[in-house]
Amino acid sequence: MTSGAALAVTAVGLVAVLALAVGAFGLRFSRTTSDFYVASRTVRPAANAAAISGEYLSAASFLGVAGLVASRGPDMLWYPVGYTAGYLLLLLFVAAPLRRSRAYTLPDFAEFRLESPRARGLASAMVVLICVLYLLPQFRGAGLTLRTLTGAPDWLGSAIVAVLVLLGVAAGGMRSITLVQAVQYWLKLAALLVPLAFLLVRAHGGAPAAHDRLVRTDWLEPMQGPHSLYLTYSLILATFLGAMGLPHVAVRFYTNRDGHAARRTTVAVLVLLSLFYLLPPVYGALGHRYLSGVSASDSTDTTDLVVLRLPHHLIGGLGADALTAVLGAGAFAAFLSTSSGLVLSIAGVLGQDLLGRRLPAVPAFRLAAVAAALGTFVLTVLTTGLAVAHAVELAFTVAASTFCPLLLLGIWWRGLTAAGAMAGMAVGGALSTGAILAVMTGSHSASLSGAVLSQPAMVTVPAAFAVMIGVSLATRDHRPPRLARIMVRLHTPEAVQVDRSGFRARGALDQS
Amino acid sequence: MSQPEHARSRAGLGEAGRHATAARVRVTAPAAGRRRRTTVVSEIDAQTEVGAVYMRSLVRSQLRLALGLTTVLLLTVGVLPLLLATVPWLQHGRVWGIPISWIVLGAGCYPVLIALAVVYLRRAERNEADFHDLVGPR
Repeated sequence: MTSGAALAVTAVGLVAVLALAVGAFGLRFSRTTSDFYVASRTVRPAANAAAISGEYLSAASFLGVAGLVASRGPDMLWYPVGYTAGYLLLLLFVAAPLRRSRAYTLPDFAEFRLESPRARGLASAMVVLICVLYLLPQFRGAGLTLRTLTGAPDWLGSAIVAVLVLLGVAAGGMRSITLVQAVQYWLKLAALLVPLAFLLVRAHGGAPAAHDRLVRTDWLEPMQGPHSLYLTYSLILATFLGAMGLPHVAVRFYTNRDGHAARRTTVAVLVLLSLFYLLPPVYGALGHRYLSGVSASDSTDTTDLVVLRLPHHLIGGLGADALTAVLGAGAFAAFLSTSSGLVLSIAGVLGQDLLGRRLPAVPAFRLAAVAAALGTFVLTVLTTGLAVAHAVELAFTVAASTFCPLLLLGIWWRGLTAAGAMAGMAVGGALSTGAILAVMTGSHSASLSGAVLSQPAMVTVPAAFAVMIGVSLATRDHRPPRLARIMVRLHTPEAVQVDRSGFRARGALDQS
Repeated sequence: MSQPEHARSRAGLGEAGRHATAARVRVTAPAAGRRRRTTVVSEIDAQTEVGAVYMRSLVRSQLRLALGLTTVLLLTVGVLPLLLATVPWLQHGRVWGIPISWIVLGAGCYPVLIALAVVYLRRAERNEADFHDLVGPR
């Protein structure tokens, strides 16, 4: 192994050991649902915000955005803007009511709002679908990263992340301690910022062989490609509306003390995300200028690696080894934290709703976690590569087509019925997943229909809303019997003493 | 008040009226508005019409706030793709060598998002505080 690879492996190894230690540590702090609420009173919005941001920033944000910008230019800047704006819309429409509903997961919310176990079941299926779609690019990114750092085969990196996540879960450590997750955010920020400082200094001080591509307007300027207006607006729709529907994001809300704190936390998250997202575009520009193999026609495997390849190209030598190791470690931290959250969300849902009937809670949960990690690993090896940031955004698309209508209509419209919600989720989920499958099995066409398939949100989201509203109106006699009480629960500020009885969250096994 | 009415009202006051002295007694109607036994909160709990009206007005004010801010978002950030596709100086212009489109998309949107979030925070909390005052403690 070269010295660079050894350094990188050491850095990644440190991250892995840290993750495991935290997992084992978390075992000591395992809590039941009620204890979780109690302890959450001591979590300040600032720490919570850093924890949420740290978990939100996955491989897509760390590596993917820079790669996309390097190959396709400023239109790709809508990815980070969209990821952040999605959080704003979460704040405006969902944050406080969701916190007040005391539902622990999105299927909990579905059951609470609709008083329907079947809606809960469908919501659970959607959770698994979205989480797997989000998890695939994490595993994939891990494989690519390890390959770049050490030359190991792709599947090894994916396998390592899968195993580490499972070990953490088995040790009982959940979304572990908020403080550690919070530190993760700052570490990721530093991991991206420090090497960038060095790179920029080098770039200004006369770097080798700058490809003079920066002057080419077809990369540099926005809206140059075919159908770019459709693609951009569809991307905006998917990211703006999808964040609220991501299962692992919604759950993080319950670490807030009340709706009031939930709102403040979300504002802080926006600030932290914005800070972070200033960095990937700079990497993208540097990558485009100095690296080869970053045009739009190059394989996404290469473009995703722009961030990792830059130090060696610009600086070289031992310094580059150190910087690459730092970036690799940051990337692995991103994969691990997001993957843990996702596997836990899947396991929580599968363990409870599917296996929970046949097995006691904890073994069911662990079995479900293994199934989730293993299944996703197999899928990672089998599927062809989409760019990591694009693949993550497809998870946003499904979330925007299923849980977003459920949440928006459920919270703000008295007319939503169980049948309407289920029909809407089914249609939105089927349409968006169908489009994703079509693209993943290799259908790439330059026509408008090809563009629609690659970014289906503009079609699937309105369809889901229309079906949800239409079927709800058609079944308006079947509204939940305790609707008034439900709305009181969702909307009344905590300080007002109203009767909020009637719902116990079935969610949250002893997985804290 | 003329004498007969005064006498009648004193009779209506029962005990208290009979105990009234020859000194002037102020007679007022029973307090209008909220009766002490039934607060708005209990109306909400009992799911009466009154409670429903209060709930609906709270929900509507919060929804209007969210929709209003979303509209601002759409008219600022949301309109950018169209502008970037059509306005020449946005497409080609540069500031200190950096294309304006990169500055706008790479850094310019975030302050807008944060500003909207802060405005939302203040207004939403004020809506809730108003509701709290209106509804009163139990």
